[in-house]
Amino acid sequence: MMSTQGAYYIPHKATWPVAATIGLMTSLAGFANYLNGNAAGSTFMLVGLSIFIIMIGGWFTLQATESETGMYNKGVGISYRMAMMWFIFSEIMFFAVFFGTLWYTRNLSVDWLANIGDGPGRSSGMLWPSFEAVWPTNGPGHIGGEFEPMGAFGLPLLNTLILLTSGVTCTWAHHGLIEKNRGQLIKGLAMTVGLGFLFVAFQAIEYQEAYHEMGLTLGSGIYGSTFFMLTGFHGFHVCVGAIILTVVLFRSSKGHFTPENHFAFEAAAWYWHFVDVVWLGLFIFVYMM
Amino acid sequence: MSAVTAEHEHDDHHDHGPEKGLLRWVITTNHKDIGTLYLLFALAMFFVGGIMALVIRAELFEPGMQFVSPQFFNSMTTMHALVMVFGAVMPAFVGFANWQIPLMIGAPDMALPRMNNMSFWMLVGGVLLLASTLFMEGGAPASGWTLYPPLVLQTGAALPFAIFSVHMLGISSIMGAINIIATIFNMRAPKMTLMKMPLFVWTWLITAFLLIAIMPVFAGAVTMLLTDRFFDTSFFNAAGGGDPVLYQHIFWFFGHPEVYVMILPTFGVASTIIPVFARKPLFGYSSMVYATAAIAFLSFIVWAHHMFTVGMPMAGELYFMYATMLIAIPTGVKIFNWTATMWRGSMTFETPMLFSIAFVVLFTMGGFTGLMMSMAPIDFQYHDTYFIVAHFHYTLVPASVFILMAGGYFWLPKWTGNMYDEKLGKLHFWLSAVSVNILFFPQHFLGLAGMPRRIPDYAVQFADWNMVSSVGAFIFGFSQLLFLYIVIHTIKGGTGEKVSDEVWEDAHKHGLEWTLPSPVPYHTFATPPDKIPTEHF
Repeated sequence: MMSTQGAYYIPHKATWPVAATIGLMTSLAGFANYLNGNAAGSTFMLVGLSIFIIMIGGWFTLQATESETGMYNKGVGISYRMAMMWFIFSEIMFFAVFFGTLWYTRNLSVDWLANIGDGPGRSSGMLWPSFEAVWPTNGPGHIGGEFEPMGAFGLPLLNTLILLTSGVTCTWAHHGLIEKNRGQLIKGLAMTVGLGFLFVAFQAIEYQEAYHEMGLTLGSGIYGSTFFMLTGFHGFHVCVGAIILTVVLFRSSKGHFTPENHFAFEAAAWYWHFVDVVWLGLFIFVYMM
Repeated sequence: MSAVTAEHEHDDHHDHGPEKGLLRWVITTNHKDIGTLYLLFALAMFFVGGIMALVIRAELFEPGMQFVSPQFFNSMTTMHALVMVFGAVMPAFVGFANWQIPLMIGAPDMALPRMNNMSFWMLVGGVLLLASTLFMEGGAPASGWTLYPPLVLQTGAALPFAIFSVHMLGISSIMGAINIIATIFNMRAPKMTLMKMPLFVWTWLITAFLLIAIMPVFAGAVTMLLTDRFFDTSFFNAAGGGDPVLYQHIFWFFGHPEVYVMILPTFGVASTIIPVFARKPLFGYSSMVYATAAIAFLSFIVWAHHMFTVGMPMAGELYFMYATMLIAIPTGVKIFNWTATMWRGSMTFETPMLFSIAFVVLFTMGGFTGLMMSMAPIDFQYHDTYFIVAHFHYTLVPASVFILMAGGYFWLPKWTGNMYDEKLGKLHFWLSAVSVNILFFPQHFLGLAGMPRRIPDYAVQFADWNMVSSVGAFIFGFSQLLFLYIVIHTIKGGTGEKVSDEVWEDAHKHGLEWTLPSPVPYHTFATPPDKIPTEHF
């Protein structure tokens, strides 16, 4: 980890970062305008997103080309791996907020609303006399109306198996890459991507059922809020991970990556295992308990 | 990588100077250029935030409503804080980090130069989104920088813009922090072992960990505000089973480490400057490292001392009270070490040293008022009064901001090759050091007498000290124009005297940057240095 800089690759001009900023800023400003009921908002959002997607394509193509032409030495690879590691750590902290919210409301604030526990946050009993602390709940105001909570067995269990299997196929692909067995690499990746999108499809069916048959929506009080925000952000991350893996699959089929130089594959695999572990947390704390 | 490519890159590296024209500053990947961008942006925001502070102090000059509406006054307190924290102090330290970390550890550049460029522009984007809220229907956010619900949910059209601004600033900070960690772990010269790194590098390493851990937490909190307002969720709505106090817990889990993000690099710069002008090694180097790590660890487990009056179980009050008091120990270690560094040193009092000594004295004061407030029963009296305002401004203005000035005076000659005007520098110091106390010291009295914060009007009993404070504010504010002049003057040639490579007497014993020519060449340490300074042991 010491001196890696003798031939450390330092790029001299970067045009994509500014494009990224313009794209992100335009789409966020557009989204904000849309939320404020401004008709032009969604157009700006789409324009910004397009810039952002073009930027991602361009920047990643540049990186892939540089990598394949041998411009990165081991030191650059270490920097990339550190960056990916700490990026995943920041994502863990992001999910921790929502898991923490689930824990706090479920174990503390709902009890206090029902006049249980010893916190000064406890309501007077006069405020919500008929409210009882049970989970799931949509609060003393019955926000969002009657709903049926999501069960753990059925689609969620199936999805757990799908994601766990995809973790295995991903590792199998990695072994293929290290052992220079490109067939195994491509097969493994294709299976992982397929399972990833299957997961997303099942998740979409689950949401469909929740909204149309169970009365469970994002607006169903604190249960609906935590359920959809946790599973929604996770689903979004699965989508992103599956898209990254698709790109890696495409690059693998073009003959990219060697046993020594395959940072993109490793980063994608780490990310995939990360969304896998988050799902296990979700399955236990959101669906089962 | 093949040797041929390596050679080619190497040659290219030497030939390559900065891009011509303005485009240089847009597409640059050079750590010095990006450091300059960060510092200039921070300086500009320092004045923007400063003008907002002067609006506040002008309104509070005497009782009654003078210049602005209460709504706009509250927008000013909110925006002043957000601009100063996210637009001025944090970017200024990132600017120092960009300039100094590669120079101090003997690296050719930051580890991830393209991402470095992106962190800067994301910062600009975030601040632009934030600034745009000033011109919106319903005005800028007026809830205070903490953005507490349910109050903040009453913001007009500005709310989603402020929230997305926080997202962009978070992306910027996380990328900057990742880059700093990768640089420090991966790019050090062979002999630069961890326990030989200058303390500024150490403090930034630890600060970067803090940033990566907390910025996503703040992003999560404001995302919940967004969905509560626009997508019917009930996170902070008791009727739906949520809890507004939950927001405060999440916010301060971010917010307390966040204030240390602003103070730890301050400690680092002070620990770099004081030994040079005391002409002694830093006293207790390793204890400084451990103290920094201890402060960072403690910052994660004390957050609810911001919430003593909100309603917490007694066990929570007691725990957060005692945990908070613990912070005084590693901080005391630092104050002691700086004092011991100066003890029997052959001290001289150039402008950077003056600012650093003022920092040690005045930060101690801010620290002690913090210790007073850590006691829960006493905090019940101080909470939400001007005593709090005085406390955290003492830890931010004559601490972080003074050290930013000190660092500017200390490193500008190295960066530009020109010497600043020492007489003007000393004048700037004395004007700032006197006026900052006129500005903030009376606020302790106001707070103890019961004047609440974030109000545009007050009872006549508070009139005298408010007037004194406002006078101090205007002297302090306008004194900073002198700093602006000195910076521009130095960049444009300064006193005309060419500075030596080490700039300050024997500075080469204290850091690698002083072994380089002045001004520092555009590319440095293409090959790692053989020797490293050993003075700080």
